[in-house]
Amino acid sequence: MNMQDNDIKAQSSARELLKVAIVGHVDHGKSTFVGRLFHDTDSLPEGKYESIVAMCEKRGVEFEYAFLMDSFQAERDQGITIDTSQIWFNTEQRDYTIIDAPGHKEFLKNMVTGAAQSDAALLMIDALEGVQEQSRRHGYLLNLLGVSQIAVVVNKMDLVDYSQARFDEIEAEYRAYLTSIGVNPTRFIPISAREGDNIVNPSDKLAWYKGLTVTEALDDFKILSADDDLPLRLPVQDVYKFDDRRIIAGTIVSGQLRIGDKITFSPSGKEAVVKNIEAWPRAYTDEEKQNLVLRAGQSVGITLTEQIFVERGDVISHVEQADADSDGALMAPHLGKEFTAKLFWLGETPFEVGKNYKMKLGTAEINVRVKQINHILDAENLGQSKGDQLLRNQLGEVVLTSRHPIVLDDYREFAKSGRFVLLEKFDIAGGGVINLDGYENTREALFAHQANITRVDHAVSLAERENYNGHKGGVLWLTGLSGAGKTTLAVSLERKLFRKGLQVYILDGDNLRHGLNNNLGFTDADRRENIRRASETAALMAQAGFVVIVSLISPFAEDREKAALTQGDGFYEIYVKADLETCESRDPKGLYKKARTGEISDFTGISSPYEAPENAALVIDTAKNSVEQGANLLLEFATERFHREFSADYSI
Amino acid sequence: MSRLDDLEAQSIYIFREAFNKIENIALLWSLGKDSNVMVWLAKKAFYGHVPFPVMHVDTEKKFKEMYEFRDRYADEWNLNFIREVCPPLEEMDDTLPPAARSAARKTVGLRDATKKHGFNGLFAGIRRDEEAIRAKERVFSPRGAEGKWDFKHQPPEFWDQYKTEFPEGTHIRIHPLLQWTELDIWNYTHREGIPIIPLYRSKNGLRYRSLGDEDITNPVKSDAYTIEEIIAELGSTKVSERSGRALDHETEDAFERLRAEGYL
Ligand SMILES: Nc1nc2c(ncn2[C@@H]2O[C@H](COP(=O)(O)OP(=O)(O)O)[C@@H](O)[C@H]2O)c(=O)[nH]1
Ligand SMILES: [Mg+2]
Repeated sequence: MNMQDNDIKAQSSARELLKVAIVGHVDHGKSTFVGRLFHDTDSLPEGKYESIVAMCEKRGVEFEYAFLMDSFQAERDQGITIDTSQIWFNTEQRDYTIIDAPGHKEFLKNMVTGAAQSDAALLMIDALEGVQEQSRRHGYLLNLLGVSQIAVVVNKMDLVDYSQARFDEIEAEYRAYLTSIGVNPTRFIPISAREGDNIVNPSDKLAWYKGLTVTEALDDFKILSADDDLPLRLPVQDVYKFDDRRIIAGTIVSGQLRIGDKITFSPSGKEAVVKNIEAWPRAYTDEEKQNLVLRAGQSVGITLTEQIFVERGDVISHVEQADADSDGALMAPHLGKEFTAKLFWLGETPFEVGKNYKMKLGTAEINVRVKQINHILDAENLGQSKGDQLLRNQLGEVVLTSRHPIVLDDYREFAKSGRFVLLEKFDIAGGGVINLDGYENTREALFAHQANITRVDHAVSLAERENYNGHKGGVLWLTGLSGAGKTTLAVSLERKLFRKGLQVYILDGDNLRHGLNNNLGFTDADRRENIRRASETAALMAQAGFVVIVSLISPFAEDREKAALTQGDGFYEIYVKADLETCESRDPKGLYKKARTGEISDFTGISSPYEAPENAALVIDTAKNSVEQGANLLLEFATERFHREFSADYSI
Repeated sequence: MSRLDDLEAQSIYIFREAFNKIENIALLWSLGKDSNVMVWLAKKAFYGHVPFPVMHVDTEKKFKEMYEFRDRYADEWNLNFIREVCPPLEEMDDTLPPAARSAARKTVGLRDATKKHGFNGLFAGIRRDEEAIRAKERVFSPRGAEGKWDFKHQPPEFWDQYKTEFPEGTHIRIHPLLQWTELDIWNYTHREGIPIIPLYRSKNGLRYRSLGDEDITNPVKSDAYTIEEIIAELGSTKVSERSGRALDHETEDAFERLRAEGYL
């Protein structure tokens, strides 16, 4: 190997990569084109041509370039592309991923899968058949999918005697269509995939055509820059607590982020400062941190200067700054309960007014209801019709609503955060882009009341209260299945602590439901609110110096974590453990029996999950210990944790 | 962002998505260059921790160097390592051609191990550029009961939204490296300093491009010893990566049938 070789190869990972989708109506020659492109650029792997010859002979058909991409037996046997496929090749200028997409209406979901990944597209039209239904639908979909660079390839020119008149006719018709939907094609190219005309080299038979060949047109596509210049959007994907760090993880969808940035979380409106940007295998040095800028497309992990409750689905953006220049795009996303969307539907059952769907928007999952269908689009003639349903493969403009404010961006500003998918049962069944024209941003209204509230400073400090009481305040949060023994333990412990002179009080789930929480039922949302109120109350009492024993099933780790964050220091999660069988045999309130017969639904342990604590401060196994033993363990734990030495700064 | 940065970010996103959405997942570690990159990416995604088991479904016919590598790095990388053994050849369908029959051990071994541990999601290091059937895969690819792949009805996948909901009794194969090429793998291995099994380096004019079972994997002619040399060699070769895998060449549809049954 010589030096020059080495130089070329060393760059290979630095070479540009462009992903190009090949789309268009079925049988217009997409797969054939890809095979031919590979052949004419000498990109076929060794032996591939011969193996295709053999496959064709076996089937008794003429040589078929399409067999390069159509790798399923069913595809080769039927001469049709079923699923999208990808293959790599390169020109001198750069590397390409070529994505072949099926053109048959039946496989539109596979076309979407392929095309959505591309940076640019070649849309193929058969010169003889001319513009067909899928030619139009694909053109429209490319636009919705966010593929803005489109070159139109008029194939099978050999079947129309390489006629310029026919080419011009197709160009005029299809250009008018694209223009009407707001798409500006980069060029139209006449080719014959089968004969290899105009793919790599210009062809004598198309001497009247003065434009670029296909490979030249590929090289002429631009690599679009990432959305660094837009305002920051970082959807929270997860929060990790593998060690003492609490890392907020996600992929930046647009904008940039630095250490020290002041950020806000939507929809909660909470604010925080970026403390650190995490990295592996080694942490950034202080010097590196100074200049570190995270950009759109990067998968990142950050920590915050203070502990606030953050969860998957929250969207991070920058706190509005007076001097910020965001070119009119909203610094923080719009909040609202309703929006309009252009939607394509791939579901098995019709998309219908009045139906509810799970929407995935960034990392958030939201239940939405179809309020109305403004119109249904006819891909054939671009006409609009009215109706209450979108059938499979139809497109339309719809209005969706949610019960709670959701985090929204308009796709015309934010191509990536402004789009969503809808689920039907287990599968993605549609995709849409968000239009916020005419909707009021409720962000300010939502947070105005918070902004006007300031905290009152007490004239008595917590330290004073603790000195007075002779112990610290805090929360013992007892979680466990119904019948595990939470209340029994809590009552026994309260008595013991009281006798030792501690200020102690039990907050019991059942008791709270008689008063403070008597307007709450057992839906997911109500359960959460129930726990939120209990944790806020517990935190208030702890601030007043009490040892608060909370006795609540609190089946979800996330709710307990929120409670811990509400309290801060002095929160102890106690897992009152007993297996389901034991609890069910105890069944003090007869609830398990009712849950088994279905009389009660969503019963923890039977018809609703219980997430056992992973890092409880203390585990009391009531299947193994007696009540007395358990209470003593708790007593020992509490005495130690809430013990307080008298401190000298005691003054009244 | 550079091409490798892009691929890395995408793979990390996929790991995090699966870890958040699917309970009981494991990473399939076949010990080759791809799955080593996969383990490395998992450590990046979770800042040094691999928060799920890493499983080797062992045919017991791998090269000695591969076992040495496994034992060393399972420990050094602090992996929650699981080893499961494939059933013997005699139990496999004897109408299959020899290499396919041997491969069936892996399919069955994997299926049994998945059931035994109750995994709902499995990370597998396959790539689209390896093979034309794999080129049609999804990043989150559902498997029916018995691990079967219904390749004619794959779910749509776009805008970084993946199939993360599925009925009980089925599972999801997750392919964080699907979009990587062989060259990307080597460039990344080089950039990150990821350890490799010496069999990938030329010895007496031969090296392995792809590592499978010792009896059905053949070396290719090569003088490439350093990773730079391997990268240079790949830039100019027209020999396909899996040409040394007997399995792929028995019949036209051998690989399709194997994969439909649940092979990787
Ligand atoms: N005459 C002629 N036939 C072509 C040309 N390109 C493709 N075909 C034929 O058109 C048919 C459909 O091609 P295929 O590539 O499968 O179309 P796809 O559905 O768009 O992928 C096949 O029989 C091809 O051989 C061409 O340039 N000229
Ligand atoms: Mg095709």
